[in-house]
Amino acid sequence: MTYIRKPKIQHPRLSRNALGLTRRDYEGAVSTLCAGCGHDSISAAIIEACYEMSLPAHRIAKLSGIGCSSKTPTYFLSRSHGFNSVHGRMPAVLTGAYMANRDLVYIGVSGDGDSASIGLGQFAHAMRRGVNMTYIVENNGVYGLTKGQFSATADYGAKNKRGVQNFDEAIDLATLAIQMGATFVARSFSGDKAQLVPLIQAAIHHRGAAFIDVVSPCVTFNNHRESTKGFDYVRAHNAAVNRPDLIPVREEVRVSYPEGATETVELHDGSLLQLTKCAADYNPRDRTRAINAIQERQRLNQVVTGLLYIDPDAPDLHDEMGTVSCPLNQLSDAELIPGRAQLEVINQAHR
Amino acid sequence: MQPTDVKDPDYFHKVVDCQWACPAHTPVPEYIRLIAAGRYSDAYLLNWHSNVFPGVLGRTCDRPCEPACRRGRLEAEEPVAICRLKRVAADHKADIQPRLPRPAAAPNGKRVAAIGAGPAALALARDLLPLGYEVVIFDAERQPGGMMRSQIPAFRLPASVLDEEIGYVLNLGAHTRFGERVGSLTELLDGGGFDAVFVGTGAPRGRDLQLPGRAAANANIHIGIDWLASVAFGHCDRIGKRVIVLGGGNTAMDCCRTARRLGGDSVTVVVRSGYEEMKASPWEKEDAQREGIPIRNFLVPKAFLHQDGQLTAVRFEPVHAEYDQDGRRQLVPTGEAQVDMQCDDVIIAIGQENAFPWIELESGVEFDRWGLPVLDEDSLQSTNPAVFFGGDAAFGPKNIIWAVAHGRTAAISIDLWCRGHSMRDRPDTLMRLSSQKMGIHEWSYDNDVSLDPRHEVPWQDQRLTLVDLAEEVETGFDVQQALAEAERCLNCDVQTLFTAPSCIECDACVDICPVDCINFTENQPEVALRAGLRVPAENTSQALMVSPELATGRVMVKDEDLCLHCGLCAERCPTGAWDMQKFVIDLPKAGAACMGG
Ligand SMILES: Cc1cc2nc3c(=O)[nH]c(=O)nc-3n(C[C@H](O)[C@H](O)[C@H](O)COP(=O)(O)OP(=O)(O)OC[C@H]3O[C@@H](n4cnc5c(N)ncnc54)[C@H](O)[C@@H]3O)c2cc1C
Ligand SMILES: Cc1ncc(C[n+]2csc(CCOP(=O)(O)OP(=O)(O)O)c2C)c(N)n1
Ligand code: SF4
Ligand code: SF4
Ligand code: SF4
Ligand SMILES: [Mg+2]
Repeated sequence: MTYIRKPKIQHPRLSRNALGLTRRDYEGAVSTLCAGCGHDSISAAIIEACYEMSLPAHRIAKLSGIGCSSKTPTYFLSRSHGFNSVHGRMPAVLTGAYMANRDLVYIGVSGDGDSASIGLGQFAHAMRRGVNMTYIVENNGVYGLTKGQFSATADYGAKNKRGVQNFDEAIDLATLAIQMGATFVARSFSGDKAQLVPLIQAAIHHRGAAFIDVVSPCVTFNNHRESTKGFDYVRAHNAAVNRPDLIPVREEVRVSYPEGATETVELHDGSLLQLTKCAADYNPRDRTRAINAIQERQRLNQVVTGLLYIDPDAPDLHDEMGTVSCPLNQLSDAELIPGRAQLEVINQAHR
Repeated sequence: MQPTDVKDPDYFHKVVDCQWACPAHTPVPEYIRLIAAGRYSDAYLLNWHSNVFPGVLGRTCDRPCEPACRRGRLEAEEPVAICRLKRVAADHKADIQPRLPRPAAAPNGKRVAAIGAGPAALALARDLLPLGYEVVIFDAERQPGGMMRSQIPAFRLPASVLDEEIGYVLNLGAHTRFGERVGSLTELLDGGGFDAVFVGTGAPRGRDLQLPGRAAANANIHIGIDWLASVAFGHCDRIGKRVIVLGGGNTAMDCCRTARRLGGDSVTVVVRSGYEEMKASPWEKEDAQREGIPIRNFLVPKAFLHQDGQLTAVRFEPVHAEYDQDGRRQLVPTGEAQVDMQCDDVIIAIGQENAFPWIELESGVEFDRWGLPVLDEDSLQSTNPAVFFGGDAAFGPKNIIWAVAHGRTAAISIDLWCRGHSMRDRPDTLMRLSSQKMGIHEWSYDNDVSLDPRHEVPWQDQRLTLVDLAEEVETGFDVQQALAEAERCLNCDVQTLFTAPSCIECDACVDICPVDCINFTENQPEVALRAGLRVPAENTSQALMVSPELATGRVMVKDEDLCLHCGLCAERCPTGAWDMQKFVIDLPKAGAACMGG
């Protein structure tokens, strides 16, 4: 907890985006998390991504559940819409919001406890339904807010700070998301913004359920020597399958990479996701092989990061349900009140 | 880049922009904090030890610290009012005399002559007297102070302030020979029985302007600094109604404002150059204009017009500035008609020169082709090793704070000389760093950054000031204003210390820093490193702090340029790799060398 306000003063030569805003304009309140918490870096990455994309903050909705991770939407995008829901229930609230207003950019922020423990059912169904959102789990392997109990993503055999071992199998949210039908699945590390920021940008560009599992060390309860979610462990075991670079629609592709070393994915809105391959055999478009590859690497104690799976052309929830093309709050009386004759037709159909 | 050596006292000293820029290296942020804490006497003494004349300087200093102040580099911000805060310490202090050094208990047997009782010689005496030196101060005038008394008008610097602070020096046991002009250096050296001589005689000669009519109209044409002196000493107490002041420096500003008070209803400053290029400090120009004195630019004086020796007007030729290929400015006539400006008196304030008619060739003191003494810049020793120079006499006209700094440097040199040491045996510069952390989120300094704009110093009613030469124009900050202005200081002496082995590279400091100073990056040569930072470090006068290599092979690079010293990096660091530590520098002073031998 920091007591002084972050001064409003910013660097006079801080760059500005297409909206004339600086990165500072995308900030929120000063964090009340523990100093050094990985979650704060993820907030900074979200700020950076939205700033670089020149997103208007008032067109973004940020939703979360309960936990240290779920507190973070207060610390970024102070001019966006926000909703702190019940523990594990962010996906349902977000789905509802998306049904009502399809025009906003949805960012769901959750924790491993929030999504893999109490909220696992909600998580799975949101992935299945193809809700157009960026779902970020800030994964530290513990319930940080309630003082560091193992969560469902804690690795089998990992020890907590007091030396107690975990003998439950870990849920791998990334694999689960692919299985459940998410059409954009990535993993990253809070301490690697060079990888995380473009992944968040690509996830926002992606239409459909985009999930990013971000390993985010809890400096207070899970950053000791035996931890498998601490800074040192993740740095030592990080195995990136690719390095992403997001090229917005309006920019040309300037960098040319050697043949075979890169792969370009065209996203739904025409922007390009350029992937520099780190593992030659990894194919992020093949669902089954991706799952296998992830599982194999994890067996070797690697923390697999990068864009793990993508299907850029998948339909989203509104397509499948055939809903109106505009937000509900923009419908006029003419559309909402069909009139006596039309009502009669509907009633007849139910007789 | 190599890791930064933060043990080099200069490194952190440079970060304290104001202190580094101050010729006497006054510990500005420390005294500002003392003022904020209401400890005016402590703030005063801290100043007194550095610059000898806090009350004088708090009203008149040229304040090289302020253009250097970090606050002024922030967006839409002006520097902290460092100078006028100094005055607050002087105005609000209690009686500090019991806390001043005592005269030396016993003489050390060495005799030093100080010629001129200006700020340079007085600062020298202040440092040498407590060490037991017999310091004899000569001045041609009956009253000490040099130009602080004879030239700086009383409405900017009341005599009482000057008397008080000169008194603190003289009370240390100085021998005064006021009203005695030294006519020959060789005589003094041969017959005076002095071990060393300090020349602090200033730059006493005002430049004249030889134009047609100059001699004929002499009765109403005055040389600025001479005229100011005759006003100061009561020889002149009125001037004509229409006055023209020629020149664009601070002397011109004092002349026009003084003329305004002696009956000049219509006083005009006329300058050859443009407004921006004028030598006067911006605030001096503004103050003159605030007193209803117009400044007219790009007019070159051509002749003094007169009727039978009675001055009637000055003739000017309109010019404009043209720049040649090398960017040198030339004033070229515009071709417009010449302008005759009617007037009763003219004051010429176009510069000062040095003059040493009393220093003979045989004295062994050599002069360069500009008439300035040949000196060793570090020690201020002349080509006669027993003769030292300081103040305006050393390098031409500067200002009070430089004179003080010279006096203090010369005191070290004379002390070394009298004890048979080499000029290179100067005392060491020492530094101390002490953590300001008091609790998890508690710091012993106020790190909340004020967003107030610079506070203006209030003025006395012009109906009083414009009719009385001795009525001080500025009334000074009151306690509330002083507190608010003090809060604007960023505490640049509370330094960010980085301990590389403790860093876990969690990015917390990078994310929190309000001005994006902190970076974790691959190490590179300086130019590439500067260009590649989060915000490129374009101000090359400010250092980069580079850490040793970290666990990931990267380095931490901090651009010192705009750091607010807010301590947020240290607050957000989980391992204490960042700490806020107060930097105190002990600069050499006369007598300190005694430690070794
Ligand atoms: C009009 C005017 C306004 C100024 N305003 C400011 C200001 O606001 N702030 C600022 O910082 N600076 C100001 N200055 C400059 C400042 O006054 C000088 O830089 C400073 O006083 C120089 O100090 P000094 O010790 O070198 O000698 P001075 O102050 O020049 O004193 C030299 C003394 O030596 C004496 N002397 C000379 N020759 C002999 C001799 N042969 N024997 C005995 N005595 C001798 C003189 O009588 C004089 O008293 C101003 C200058 C002028 C002219
Ligand atoms: C319904 C309900 N059950 C339990 C809790 C207690 N609780 C609060 S936060 C939390 C776990 C949060 O863990 P995670 O989502 O991993 O967040 P972290 O703090 O680690 O970021 C729990 C169990 C609660 N607030 N509500
Ligand atoms: S308890 Fe852990 S997760 Fe929660 S704020 Fe502290 S470091 Fe972050
Ligand atoms: S902000 Fe304060 S410490 Fe920093 S340069 Fe200005 S006066 Fe000096
Ligand atoms: S003290 Fe630290 S956080 Fe504050 S401006 Fe300086 S480097 Fe940035
Ligand atoms: Mg957690």
